[in-house]
Amino acid sequence: MKRILFLVPLALFVVLGIYFAVGLTRDPSHMPSALIDKPLPEFDLAAIEGETRGFATSDLDGEVALINFFGSWCISCIIEHPVLMDIAAREGVVIAGIDWKDKPGAGKSWLDQRGNPYVFIGDDPSGRTAIDFGITGAPETFIIDHKGRVRYRYAGPITPQIWQRDLKPLVEKLRKEGDDAP
Amino acid sequence: MAAEIGQLALILAFLTALFQGAAPLLGGQFSTSPLQASIRVATLVQGGLILIAFLCLTYVHAISDFSVVNVVENSHSAKPFAYKLSGVWGNHEGSMLLWALILALYGAALAVSDRASTLKTLTLSVQGMIASAFIAFILFTSNPFARSFPAPADGMDLNPLLQDPGLAIHPPFLYLGYVGFSLTFAYAVAGLITGKVDAAWARAVRPWALAAWVFLTIGIALGSWWAYYELGWGGFWAWDPVENASFMPWLAGTALIHSLRVVEKREALKVWTVLLAILAFSLSLVGTFLVRSGVLTSVHAFAVDPTRGVFILAILAAVTGGSLLLFALRAPLLQSHATFQPVSREGAILLNNVFLVTACATVFIGTFYPLFIDVLTGTRISVGAPYFNASFLPFMALMLVFLAPGAALAWKKGRLKATIGRLWPALAAAGAIGVIAAWLSWPGPIAAALGAGLAIWAGGGAIVDLLIRIKAFSSPPGAAFIRAANLPRAYLGMTIAHLGLAVVIIGVMGAGVWRTEIVRFMAEGDVISIGGFDARLERVIVEAGPNYTAERAVFSVEREGAALRDLTTERRFYPVRGMQTTEAGIWTMARGDLYLTLGEKSEAAGWAVRAFFNPFAVWMWIGAGLMALGGGVAATDAPRRLMRRAPTIDPGAAIAAPQGAST
Amino acid sequence: MLRSIISAALALIFAVASVEPTLAVEPDEMLDNPVLEARAREISRQLRCVVCQSQNIDDSNAPLAKDMRLLVRERLVAGDSDEAIIAYLVARYGDYVLLKPPVQTNTAFLWAAPALIFTFAAGMAGLYLSRMRRADNAAADERR
Repeated sequence: MKRILFLVPLALFVVLGIYFAVGLTRDPSHMPSALIDKPLPEFDLAAIEGETRGFATSDLDGEVALINFFGSWCISCIIEHPVLMDIAAREGVVIAGIDWKDKPGAGKSWLDQRGNPYVFIGDDPSGRTAIDFGITGAPETFIIDHKGRVRYRYAGPITPQIWQRDLKPLVEKLRKEGDDAP
Repeated sequence: MAAEIGQLALILAFLTALFQGAAPLLGGQFSTSPLQASIRVATLVQGGLILIAFLCLTYVHAISDFSVVNVVENSHSAKPFAYKLSGVWGNHEGSMLLWALILALYGAALAVSDRASTLKTLTLSVQGMIASAFIAFILFTSNPFARSFPAPADGMDLNPLLQDPGLAIHPPFLYLGYVGFSLTFAYAVAGLITGKVDAAWARAVRPWALAAWVFLTIGIALGSWWAYYELGWGGFWAWDPVENASFMPWLAGTALIHSLRVVEKREALKVWTVLLAILAFSLSLVGTFLVRSGVLTSVHAFAVDPTRGVFILAILAAVTGGSLLLFALRAPLLQSHATFQPVSREGAILLNNVFLVTACATVFIGTFYPLFIDVLTGTRISVGAPYFNASFLPFMALMLVFLAPGAALAWKKGRLKATIGRLWPALAAAGAIGVIAAWLSWPGPIAAALGAGLAIWAGGGAIVDLLIRIKAFSSPPGAAFIRAANLPRAYLGMTIAHLGLAVVIIGVMGAGVWRTEIVRFMAEGDVISIGGFDARLERVIVEAGPNYTAERAVFSVEREGAALRDLTTERRFYPVRGMQTTEAGIWTMARGDLYLTLGEKSEAAGWAVRAFFNPFAVWMWIGAGLMALGGGVAATDAPRRLMRRAPTIDPGAAIAAPQGAST
Repeated sequence: MLRSIISAALALIFAVASVEPTLAVEPDEMLDNPVLEARAREISRQLRCVVCQSQNIDDSNAPLAKDMRLLVRERLVAGDSDEAIIAYLVARYGDYVLLKPPVQTNTAFLWAAPALIFTFAAGMAGLYLSRMRRADNAAADERR
C-alpha cells in the first residue's frame, strides 16, 4: 500500500507527459470560432473607396461562400492572395472580402495591383464587423453554408495544401447539402 | 572559422558529456579512484569545451559575422556593441548554449569543490547525462553555428525589446537559477541510488540549492523590473505563461531550501525533500518546454519548430520520468528514525511547504489548464491574472500569518503561545499599520491593507525575533552586535530573506493595488498632477539613436510650486524590425515611483501621456535583493566552509569555476 | 534551415503587421463620465486581447484591443450592463476572451483544484505530524 503512494508522482507525470505530447500535435493557430453553426452576423458594409458595390449579410443568401478578411497592410494576405485568385477562378467558389481597418483607397489599389478574387467587398474601417466575426488577425476566412450559417473558420493565410486538405472538401460537402435540401 | 571551431567544440563536449554520464554504467566501482578521477576530468574538459563553443559564438556576434545564420537573424551592424554581446543569448539557439554552459560550469564547480566521494561522483555523472541530452538538443535542433549561403549584407536586428540592459542580464541569472537546480536534482538522484539521504547529504546539497534559488530570485526580479520600466504599462507581473515558467521552479525551490534544513537538522522529511529536488528541476525543464515548444503560444505569436518541442519533451520524459521511476523504486527504502513535535520549527517548515507546494500547483494548473482543455475538448479558454490573483494570493496570505511565529519556533519542540507572545511588538505594529492602511484606502478594497498588515507581521516578527536573540533589549549595543555577528549564518540569512519577502509584499501592494493613473492629452506647457507631484510637459524632441529614432518628452516635475527635477520618457522606433518600444520616465522614491510614458501625438489635442504613481514600487526590487542576500548568507552556513579541498591539478578548473556559484 | 527562417519571418510578419503602436488606453477613447469610464476600465481588465499573449485589452497596444475598448465604451454609453457587454464579446469570441474563466463544467477542476490540493497536502502533512507526535512522545517515554 505504502509503495503505491510512491508511484503517484510518476503516474501524475505520465498523465502530464501524454497531455504535453498531444499538446505538441495541436495546431496553435487552431481557434474554434464561437460562431460555428450560428447564423452570419448582421452587417451592411459600404463599398471600399473606388468600388461601387458593398457587402451585406443578405448578399450571400442560399450560397456556399467564403468570407475572407484582408487588408492592404497585412503581409500574410499578400502570400494568401494568389491562392484566393486561383480558388475563385478555377473552383468557381464565391468569395466575399471584408477589407479590415484599411486606409481609404488602399484596399482598391491593392486589389488593382494583384487582381480581385472577391464577388463582394465590404469596407470595415472601424473593425466592428471584424469583432462581430470574432476575428483575431488577418487573414481569416469563414465558410458559409447555403442557409447562411458559419460552418468553418480558418485563421491565417490559406495555402494550396490547406485548401485541398481542409477547405475544399468542406465546400463540396456543403454544396451537396445545399443541393439535397428542398 | 570561429563558427567551425565552436561547432567542433560542441561535438566534442557532447562526446565528453556522454562519457561523463555513462562511465559509472560501464562498470567498475564507484569508490575506485580511477573512475572518480576520470569523471572529474571529463566534467572539467566538458566545461572547457562548452566554454570554447560559447566564446566562438560570442566572437561571431561581436564581429557581426553575417555568414552565420544566428547572427543574421538576431543582429545588425548598427546594433550597439553591448547588445551584440547580449544578443548571443537573446535568441533560442544562443540561449540554449548558455544553458549548456551554465550546466557545465555548475558541474565543474562541483568537481573542483569538496573531497571526492561516491555521492559526488554519481552526482557529476547524473549531471553529465543531463548535459549530453541538452548538447544533443542544441546540435540536432538548434545549432547556433549554422552558416548562411550566401551571406547577406546585414542582419535582421535583435528584437528591440531585448535591447535593454535589464533584459541583457536577465537570462543569465534566470538560467543560473534554473540550471542550478540540476545539481540538487543530480544529488537527489545520486542519493536515491546510494540510499543515503542524511544530514551529510543535506549539507552537501543545501549550498547549491541556495545558490540556484538566489540566482532565480534575482533573475525573476530582473525580469519583472524590466517589464515594469520597458513595457510602459506600469505593471510588473502579468501571470504570463513565460513568467509562470520561472515562478514555478522558484516556488518549488523555495520549498526545497526550507525542507533541506529539516533533513540537515533532524534527518526527517527525506522522501519529501528528494521529491522536491526532482520537482524543482523538472519544473525548470517544463518551463523550458513551455517557452520553446510553443504549446501555449497564442494564435498569432511566435513561430516554433515542433521538433524542438518533441526533443525537449523527450528530455523531460527521460529526466523527470526516469528520476520519478527511481524515486518509486528507491524512496521507500529511505528510513528516518527522527521524531519531533508538530509545534516545532520542523512542523512550521512542513506547513510552509504545504503552502508553497499548493501555490506552485495552483500556478501550474492555471498555466496549463488551457492546454488540457484544448486537448480534451478542442475548445480554447484563457486563464489570466484574475484567476491567479484569486487562487494564489489567499495561500500566500495564510502563509504570512504563520511565517513569523513559525520561523521563531524552537527546533524539535516549540511553544506556540509563548513564541507569539514574544513577538507582540510585531503583532501590534502589524495591527496598527493594517488599520491605518485600511482607513486610508477606504472605501477602496481593504485586501491590500490586509496584505500590508501581514507583511509587517512577517517582517516585523523576523526583526523582533532577531532583537530578542541578540538580547538587544537587555544588553549594551556592543554586546548585542557581537551576538548578532555570531548568530548562525542560516538563521541570519533566513531573517534577512523573510524581511525581504515582507518588503516585496509592501511593494506589490503599493504598485499593484494603491497605484493611481491618469491618461490624457498634453500640449507643451500642460501640467499633469499625480501622487502630489505636478509634471509639466516642457518639450518633445526627435532624436536619432544608433539603430532607432526616438521621440523624447521632457517633463519638469514640481511639488507645491517648487521645481524638483526633470524627467524624460522616450518612444523609440526600430526601423529594421519595424517595432516600437517605450522607455518610461521613472522617478524612483522610497514612497513611490512617478512613472510617465509618452504615446501618440494627436494633431488637435497634443501628446497622449500616461502617468502613474506607484507607491512603494522600488520596495519590490529592494525586497527581492534582500531575499537574495539572505539566501547568500544562509549558503555560507558553517560546516561546508571547513571542508575545502586543496587546489587541483587540472588547469581547466581555473577557467571553468564560476564566481559565486560555489558559495 | 531556410524553411525555418521563412516560417519564423512569416509568423513575425503575421503577428507584427497588425501592431501599429499606440498607447494602451488612449485619452481620446475615454468617456467623460467618470463612473462609466471606471466601469469601462474594470471590464477591459477582464477581457483578453485575443491577438496578444495573456494581456488584457486595457494594457494592450494592439489595434484590435483598441477596437474592443471602443466597443465596450459604446455599449456602456448605450446603457448595457457589465454582464451584457461581456456576454456580447463571449458570443463572438467564446470563453477565450475571458481572462477569468467562468465557473462551468469544463473549468470546475480549475476552480476547485487549489482548495483540493491544499486539503490533500494539509491532510498528508497532518497525518505525518500526528504520527511524528506519537513517535516523539513514545521516544520521550522511553528516555524517561
